[in-house]
Amino acid sequence: MSVQNFPPIYSTVVEIFQWLKSVYKNISFPEKGSCLSSGRSLAPRGRRSCSSIGCIVSVPFGSHNNVWSTGRDPAIWEADTDAVYAALSHHLWSTFTAPEAKSSNEDLKEMLESNKESLKLEAMKRVVGLIAKGKNASELFPAVVKNVASKNIELKKLVYVYLVRYAEEQQDLALLSISTFQRALKEPNQFIRASALRVLSSIRVSIIVPIMMLAIKEASADMSPYVRKTAAHAIQKLYSLDPDQKEQLIEVIEKLLKDKSTLVAGSVVVAFDEVCPDRIDLIHKNYRKLCNLLVDVEEWGQVVIISMLTRYARTQFTSPWKEDNEKAFYESEEEKKDQTEATPYTMDPDHRLLLRNTKPLLQSRNTAVVMSVAQLYWHLAPKHEVNIVTKSLVRLLRSHREVQYIVLQNIATMSIQRKGMFEPFMKSFYVRSTDATHIKTLKLEILTNLANEANISTILREFQTYVKSQDKAFAAATIQAIGRCATDISEVTDTCLSGLVLLLSNRDETVVAESVVVIKKLLQTQPTQHSDIIKHMAKLFDNISVSMARASILWLMGEYCERVPKIAPDVLRKMAKTFTAEEDIVKLQTVNLAAKLYLTNSKQTKLLTQYILNLGKYDQSYDIRDRTRFVRQLIVPNEKSGALNKYARRILLAPKPAPMLESAFKDRDRFQLGTLSHSINSKATGYQELSDWPAVAPDQSVRNVEVVEPSSSESEEQSSDESDETSSDSGKSSSGSEKSSSESEPEQKKKTKTKKAPQKKSKAAAAVTAPSFGPVKTHELLHHMTGKGLSAKYHFPRQPCLYQPSMVAVQVILANSSDHSLEKIHIGDRSPAGLNIHCFNTIERLEPEASVTVSMGIDFSDSTQAANFQLCTKEDQFSVSIQPVVGELLMPSTMSEQDFSKEQGKLLGMNETSATVAMATANTSSQAVSKQVLSVANVGVVSSGPNDLHRFAGRTVSSGALVLVSLELKESSALLTINTEKSVMASMLLRDLKQALALA
Amino acid sequence: MIHSLFLINHSGDIFLEKHWKSVISHSVCDYFFEAKEKAVDPEDVPPVLQTPHHYLITVHRGKLFFLSVVQTEVPPLFVIEFLHRVADTFQDYFGECSESVIKDNVVTVYELLEEMLDNGFPLATESNVLKELIRPPTILRSVVNTLTGSSNVGDTLPTGQLSTIPWRRADVKYTNNEAYFDVIEEIDAILDKSGTTVFAEIQGVIEASVRLTGMPDLTLSFMNPRLLDDVSFHPCVRFKRWESERTLSFIPPDGNFTLMNYHVSSQNPVAIPVYVKQSISFFESGPCGRLDITIGPKQTMGKTVEALMVKIHMPKAVLSANLTATQGNYTYDLPNKVLVWDIGKLNPQKLPNLKGILSLQAGAPKPEDNPSLNIDLRIQQVAISGLKVSRLEMFGEKYKPFKGVKYVTKAGKFQVRT
Repeated sequence: MSVQNFPPIYSTVVEIFQWLKSVYKNISFPEKGSCLSSGRSLAPRGRRSCSSIGCIVSVPFGSHNNVWSTGRDPAIWEADTDAVYAALSHHLWSTFTAPEAKSSNEDLKEMLESNKESLKLEAMKRVVGLIAKGKNASELFPAVVKNVASKNIELKKLVYVYLVRYAEEQQDLALLSISTFQRALKEPNQFIRASALRVLSSIRVSIIVPIMMLAIKEASADMSPYVRKTAAHAIQKLYSLDPDQKEQLIEVIEKLLKDKSTLVAGSVVVAFDEVCPDRIDLIHKNYRKLCNLLVDVEEWGQVVIISMLTRYARTQFTSPWKEDNEKAFYESEEEKKDQTEATPYTMDPDHRLLLRNTKPLLQSRNTAVVMSVAQLYWHLAPKHEVNIVTKSLVRLLRSHREVQYIVLQNIATMSIQRKGMFEPFMKSFYVRSTDATHIKTLKLEILTNLANEANISTILREFQTYVKSQDKAFAAATIQAIGRCATDISEVTDTCLSGLVLLLSNRDETVVAESVVVIKKLLQTQPTQHSDIIKHMAKLFDNISVSMARASILWLMGEYCERVPKIAPDVLRKMAKTFTAEEDIVKLQTVNLAAKLYLTNSKQTKLLTQYILNLGKYDQSYDIRDRTRFVRQLIVPNEKSGALNKYARRILLAPKPAPMLESAFKDRDRFQLGTLSHSINSKATGYQELSDWPAVAPDQSVRNVEVVEPSSSESEEQSSDESDETSSDSGKSSSGSEKSSSESEPEQKKKTKTKKAPQKKSKAAAAVTAPSFGPVKTHELLHHMTGKGLSAKYHFPRQPCLYQPSMVAVQVILANSSDHSLEKIHIGDRSPAGLNIHCFNTIERLEPEASVTVSMGIDFSDSTQAANFQLCTKEDQFSVSIQPVVGELLMPSTMSEQDFSKEQGKLLGMNETSATVAMATANTSSQAVSKQVLSVANVGVVSSGPNDLHRFAGRTVSSGALVLVSLELKESSALLTINTEKSVMASMLLRDLKQALALA
Repeated sequence: MIHSLFLINHSGDIFLEKHWKSVISHSVCDYFFEAKEKAVDPEDVPPVLQTPHHYLITVHRGKLFFLSVVQTEVPPLFVIEFLHRVADTFQDYFGECSESVIKDNVVTVYELLEEMLDNGFPLATESNVLKELIRPPTILRSVVNTLTGSSNVGDTLPTGQLSTIPWRRADVKYTNNEAYFDVIEEIDAILDKSGTTVFAEIQGVIEASVRLTGMPDLTLSFMNPRLLDDVSFHPCVRFKRWESERTLSFIPPDGNFTLMNYHVSSQNPVAIPVYVKQSISFFESGPCGRLDITIGPKQTMGKTVEALMVKIHMPKAVLSANLTATQGNYTYDLPNKVLVWDIGKLNPQKLPNLKGILSLQAGAPKPEDNPSLNIDLRIQQVAISGLKVSRLEMFGEKYKPFKGVKYVTKAGKFQVRT
């Protein structure tokens, strides 16, 4: 696209810059050098040389000319040209109307408009620095936005940062960049596609909503899971920009929920939570998949998926908690069993699946994951299974202070309902003097919750230490905690009370005040003989200045004034003197005390009461005036007061219910644990209520997926195995591919593969053919003494040979036990000369103490003749021989019982060898028989009915001749028959089997 | 999820802000400053604050506050964990996490924050993935970059992002292949006045430094895995293998990482390496008090106790300390009221002792409670629980790595009440 297409704009731009030139001449201008560095120092006019003006002023002009006119950057021009023009002129206008204020950014603008990439990058870095500091850099928008299509990836990314930050403010100009992103969305590089979508969706300009919608739809079907993940994030951005798109977005979410990639799962669930949390019908079909993927999802995704599934499960499954669980708690085991039989609750397998698949995540290093699993168990698991989360939660207490805070809050809520869960870990909640105050109080809360008859003495001893703490707020909290223990556990009430009374002589006022308040509450719960304590408190009254404590004492005096008839009027007398200087709460209680004394002891206190009521009448606080008026009408009889007067005594001196000392976490369990709402104890925006269990479970079949699925327990096993495998396999395959690029021989690759996990493979092979196969027998090939340090062992892995089907696979483990490395280990001459051996590749070097496993193939031609060959190193040659066991020359063959009988019928007479075997008693079970036979010979088990006849079938490796073994069990002996045309082998095999079966 | 992040220094300046959604004015931090004013210690500021329209979740790390603004319901631990991960990443990139370092590397910091979250949801938090996206600044690289014009920012998707093992990048190559494991155990204990153990437990961590070529598959097994009671793993560890065989099988991340955390089962008695004889008393008459502390070895497994240090948070009334130490030296930090006695190596023949007079503010009441002692110590070459690594095997690669295991025991939260 060239200049000619836009003559009006071209001319305007040139005009603007000519104007700019003139303006620059008039205002102060940065020096040439300084524009690279700080740029803030404006050089005085006199100091700059003429050449430098010319240079600098021409740079922006030239570059503008270049970029804007030659169309090096056509993307920008694809946008609405009028908008560009309007925006640009508006921008320039606003810039020059306040040149002083903004001139500091002028040099940045010049740098951005220069030709040099490095200058632009430097400028962008400084712009980002401004954004980071929260300074306004919006005026640079036109200069920045032009670089959006830069080839330099770092520059481009910084421009993205800028765009996302200011696009909302400069909507028109932001539109210039859109086409660049649209083009980038088609790039072959998935990373570029993804970042284009990220930025495009972050530009909060409502005009581009349709473009975003289209981009999201396309990206949600992208090949790359990373791009699809970005699309899931973009859904939420678009939704917050324009909630009207909800319906279309839900369609995309539905599609992405079906995605099988672990990368996408977390992000799409976040989108689901934000856009349509109530559409649980979308989850049904994906429920099992999500459960199974969970272990492999990245940790952040795990958190959101787990909390979403918690909510889901509460709507779909019935409660695993028995209705009368409290009763069951005390009942014996047997009774419990009876009960479960009586009310047959069976857990939905899907419910179980969720519990089982989340359990390993308790071992996550991410504290948020552990917490979310803990809350899932708390809300979903049967009561007796919740305990497994305890250890992990206690472990989190070792983490950062903030983590401790949240975890302790949750434990506090849990420990109210279920003491038993955390009681064994009580000592982990002991307070240290270095803990932060809020941590201390939370620990105290938990310790109080955990207190019971058995541990109360330990806890109280611990509290004694805390009361002396230098942190007075904490000491006060401890006193409250003691009060709670005293009310909860009646055995210790007296001990606690006397302890608290001792604290009344404490030097610290907050401690004393808190003690008074707590004692007041305790006395109320125990209206027995405690007049000593009341007297003691009356004595302290003069020294206490904390108003809450004074008020509490006054209330106690009034309430129990009949128990302390001499002291109470005196206290009232003192109060009358200081009444005007007291706080409101104390005044109210004084009025209260006066009224009560007037009713019980009017002789002594009539005048005092009237004096106090008069003071109260003219008090500043209307509460006090109000109360005074009320009390006067109530207690002082006059003609207006009417009937109420008679009941004054019954009103004021009514027996009062004792206050309950309760935990602050009592009602926190209305929130889902681990949530923000739980932490702040009020409903946060966007909090999703956890629904109650449904009485009847909704249809389970909705979760069935069309594809035939195995039963859920099986699928769990498989998938977790798979995931295990994939993680190790991915390691293998990538290392494999690495090798194939460097070393092209395919054998090399095979070798490394077999080397990697030899045991694993042999195990797997055994698992396929023989379910109860014992350990592989290893034979010595070369002793390290004879081999001058090189030792070799071999075994038969019992797998088909990779090189030729007629060969028997042999694995050789070479080890170097000398102190020097051995070089060029290979196989030399062999005998008999015609022996067909597939050698392993030469091992260039074997370090001391190292060992290597290689596999080779040997064609034994169905004979037990030893294969002799030479094992050579660089210096030496060692003659070795592999003596095959006859059973290893076979391959298992699968056939049905009918086929077996048919084949057996063909191999009679000469081809049949049989013998009677005295069976060892331990070997008579069918499993033991198979085990023994399979340990001798590599044959397959022929499935047969539950009779005493066991059948095994195999073929010789070289010629493929059938070998059929049958064993007929009698009392203490068995008839062993072998049918094969290889009679030599048959007799040898018979001998071996006989030996094995007769052995213990 | 996470809406914005503000970094605030100790004096209350916001020196960096980043928004992942629309911009939130930094005046929202005023609520935080209010709470900070109220708190005596910066540690006492509640981590979760509620404001009329937002929720503030704050993390305090290395004298900095990481304040995140949240608008809707989100698990608070999710945010806290993430903020700590951000701080860890800064530490990993720049060697420390401080205001000056963040200011010096503001562009890298911003690029990192941009990659770590998308729309407030974590996108890439694995150090390996991030390092492929944004290379950590080194002097050499910055010189090369200025000369060649190349940049620190990668333009392809890191291989880790897509694989099932995001913690490891492909094509790792080293000339020296090494794998080192540090078994670090910390003793958490509370001893009471008479020296009896109120509470003691051992927490351990295995820090690994693995520099191995290719895709090694490691197996680490213990002599006595039964000691381990509760464990948490780096995501690379295969949990199934641990459950069935009690061995750690994993494809390690490249570089330094925490392989596992563990808690030693509480059935085993915890060996307390030192005993403390102390007497701190404040006189009823006259503004002074006496202090006398002696430390001696108790159960040290035959090793020397090193880096022994005692820290005492004195009551507010204590003005100065006039003490004599038979070993090491002591300092009294008056503004914070902290007495630190740095002892060094513990010599069993000549036990270190600190004795002398504490002078109190005249007229102030006698402190109620004696301050507790926080003890710091280190014992090299032994894990106090007795945990031993039996061997490390490597599969999947041909070379032979250098392997090493180091054991250290430290005091964790080790407190003596007086």
